[in-house]
Amino acid sequence: MSERSPSLLVALLRHRLAWPLITLALLLIVNTVFNSSFLHIEWRDGHLYGSLIDILNRAAPLVLVSLGMTLVIATRGIDISVGAMVAIAAAVAAWLIGGSVSGTESRFPLPVAILGAIGVALLCGLWNGVLVAKVGMQPIIATLILMVAGRGIAQLITDGQIITIYYTPYFFMGGGYLAGLPFSLFVVAVVFAVLYLAITRTALGLFIQAVGINPTAARVAGVQAGRLIVAAYVFCGVCAGIAGLLISSNVKSADGNNAGQLLELDAILAVTLGGTALTGGRFSLVGSVIGALIIQTLTYAIYSLGVPPEINLVVKAVVVFIVMLLQSPEFRAQVGALARRPGAGALQ
Amino acid sequence: MDASTAHAPAAAPVLQLSGIHKQFAGIPVLRDVQLNLYPGEIHALMGQNGAGKSTLIKVLTGVLEASGGQMRLGGQAVWPDSPLAAQRLGISTVYQEVNLCPNLSVAENIFAGRYPRCGIAQGFRIDWATLHQRARDLVARIGLQIDVTRLLSDYPVAVQQLVAIARALSIESRVLILDEPTSSLDDDEVQKLFEVLRRLRSEGLSIVFVTHFLNQVYAVSDRITVLRNGSWVGEWLAKDLGPQALIAAMLGRDLVAASEQPAPAPAVDSRQATLLQTEGLGQDTQLQPLDLQIRAGEVVGLAGLLGSGRTELARLLFGLEQPDRGALRIDGQVVKFANPMDAIRQGLALCPEERKTDGIVAELSVRENIALALQARMGVGKFLSRAEQTALAERYVKLLGIKTETVDKPIGLLSGGNQQKAILARWMAIEPRLLILDEPTRGIDVAAKQEIMDQILRLAQGGMAVLFISSEMSEVVRVAHRIVVLRDRHKVGELPAGSSEDAVYDLIAAEHV
Repeated sequence: MSERSPSLLVALLRHRLAWPLITLALLLIVNTVFNSSFLHIEWRDGHLYGSLIDILNRAAPLVLVSLGMTLVIATRGIDISVGAMVAIAAAVAAWLIGGSVSGTESRFPLPVAILGAIGVALLCGLWNGVLVAKVGMQPIIATLILMVAGRGIAQLITDGQIITIYYTPYFFMGGGYLAGLPFSLFVVAVVFAVLYLAITRTALGLFIQAVGINPTAARVAGVQAGRLIVAAYVFCGVCAGIAGLLISSNVKSADGNNAGQLLELDAILAVTLGGTALTGGRFSLVGSVIGALIIQTLTYAIYSLGVPPEINLVVKAVVVFIVMLLQSPEFRAQVGALARRPGAGALQ
Repeated sequence: MDASTAHAPAAAPVLQLSGIHKQFAGIPVLRDVQLNLYPGEIHALMGQNGAGKSTLIKVLTGVLEASGGQMRLGGQAVWPDSPLAAQRLGISTVYQEVNLCPNLSVAENIFAGRYPRCGIAQGFRIDWATLHQRARDLVARIGLQIDVTRLLSDYPVAVQQLVAIARALSIESRVLILDEPTSSLDDDEVQKLFEVLRRLRSEGLSIVFVTHFLNQVYAVSDRITVLRNGSWVGEWLAKDLGPQALIAAMLGRDLVAASEQPAPAPAVDSRQATLLQTEGLGQDTQLQPLDLQIRAGEVVGLAGLLGSGRTELARLLFGLEQPDRGALRIDGQVVKFANPMDAIRQGLALCPEERKTDGIVAELSVRENIALALQARMGVGKFLSRAEQTALAERYVKLLGIKTETVDKPIGLLSGGNQQKAILARWMAIEPRLLILDEPTRGIDVAAKQEIMDQILRLAQGGMAVLFISSEMSEVVRVAHRIVVLRDRHKVGELPAGSSEDAVYDLIAAEHV
């Protein structure tokens, strides 16, 4: 047993999801140490209630956007307009529902509002994809356009106001419960399942990785890289649109200026934490989900530890920095070499 | 094997390596290797891919530290522990890929990091006049007539290679090491390089020359050291070791002699339908309009120097570039390829010239690399399951003798020859009607080369048409039913099967001089 366990441990540590999972576990432990009721889950008001449930529910939009971002990054791209697309989708949904205060009236039926918002987000993604794949712009520049302009578009739709939504059925998406669990978790589960099947049961995964690792060789081998890249941005847009619905439903309003603020950075971070390199190629959907959960758990920890709001971004940055260092094989190798150096020196 | 003692000349070796051992993570890659380099000689270091040539060179130039052994330079025991230390000892290296700065001038490249200074206390500013004069002297010494103030990128790769040599010479060198300097040069350029090497030899410089090309070894080397699987096989004077014996030493077995190589595919029935036909196909700056016909089962050789338009034609035919004049017909029908997929659907396949950048997807497995083109043609929806991919890959691994422990190994970790075989497998898997091979044997070892050539002939006998592009004229004349000759982006003529290499060279050179 003592012979075998170290090698098993090494094998487990070599798994590329090992470090993201260790990080998440550490954060959960920290939370539990400072808040003994952290892991407590109880049945209240007809649904499960507890910090973990809360983290899952709040992480849902970030998980969605991170999934979309994973595909884009795998194709060597990046999409920094997801926050703006969240705002646009929220604004479109709010406008389609209207500002009637009765709580039971909607300008258009709810499905129209939902599909409308997602449709507009899809068009935004298409715009990004065409700029990158067909026009040939650098992804960060191409999506910068919509990142900046998108907030303006969202405010045009909402007339520069924060639209408060009163239509009760709309609140179900981001705040309702199904079988005791937040409805948003089911949304995430469906999107994840569809994506996972598309990656593993079709050639999509192979093509995306081939394009991400070596676009030229993929093209010579007949992979239609252009279409693939457009599809990745469209999917990313749709994910951002759904995230926008969840967020606006949860806060019962659409704020063109602040909805999804800095979400793009959290999403990129989540993808990176999950072990997908920004240089494209190999990617991990599960890793990105874990990455998003790490970020949400970290945010929760910062609030529950009572870190003053004016420095919580700094604390977050420091933690992220440390996590990134720990996850970098190069850094670990250097630390390992430093640890071994005294012995090597003695030999010389 | 003790071939060396018999030929040891009176002069002492300028550089002597003995008993060199090197291990990576406990795995020996060099075992008791030796090398004796005498003053004023060109010494070829030969061996298959993985024989240990590069490792030995790296030990010699201070890039790697040997695990054991001895190195003597001019009789003194030395151990360069860095490339800089090796340079200071007078050991200069020119690597396979030119690693100079294309955005600097020729002179700046030659003296990068060692610019002559002038002005206050000789450290104030760069003395451009001296810099350029010294650079001019150096390029003249290697017989190059170029403007040293122009950007390096203004000159072709061959000249850049020579500039790299000039840089190596600018450091007072006793030993010059050339690691496959000819792999990106065409025959003319190789000749020019050899003239330079001979001149340097006559000046007393000792040169270690690593190459894959047998004919080049005999054209220029005085002495040959052969490595195999990390071990020293022997050292011979070049005149004492015939090509057959050299190949046998490298492979450790007798290869099919050149004269006994399989006969070219039988003549193609001229009634066979024309598969592909171009009518004045061309592209503005890339290729002058040209006519070409390829019939089913025919191997058409495309001969010409580097930059003659060979690769450009291949890219036009395969939809990687779009022609701006002329027409392309497949089975008599005019077709336009917007991208490679259009060409693949018509049964075309292209093994590209640049294996690393255009061929392999390095981090994907051998299995995924082999399945890629077939999967691309099938589309996203019809998915080859992992089991199907594995079966496909294993079939070709066996058929082509691809050396890999498992088909799940990343292709980037395979040797060049095995990567090339895997790319060939990728295209064989779609069962193309016309396979375009652009330099399929470049930079791979002799045995793999032979296997790939045999495979190509077998495919042609099976009815597939092949457009074969190679700088190695002997390969072209051996396999082709017909040789199309290009020069300066023009088609200058066609030669029938059985033409000699000289006939091809004559056609290339006609009106040239």
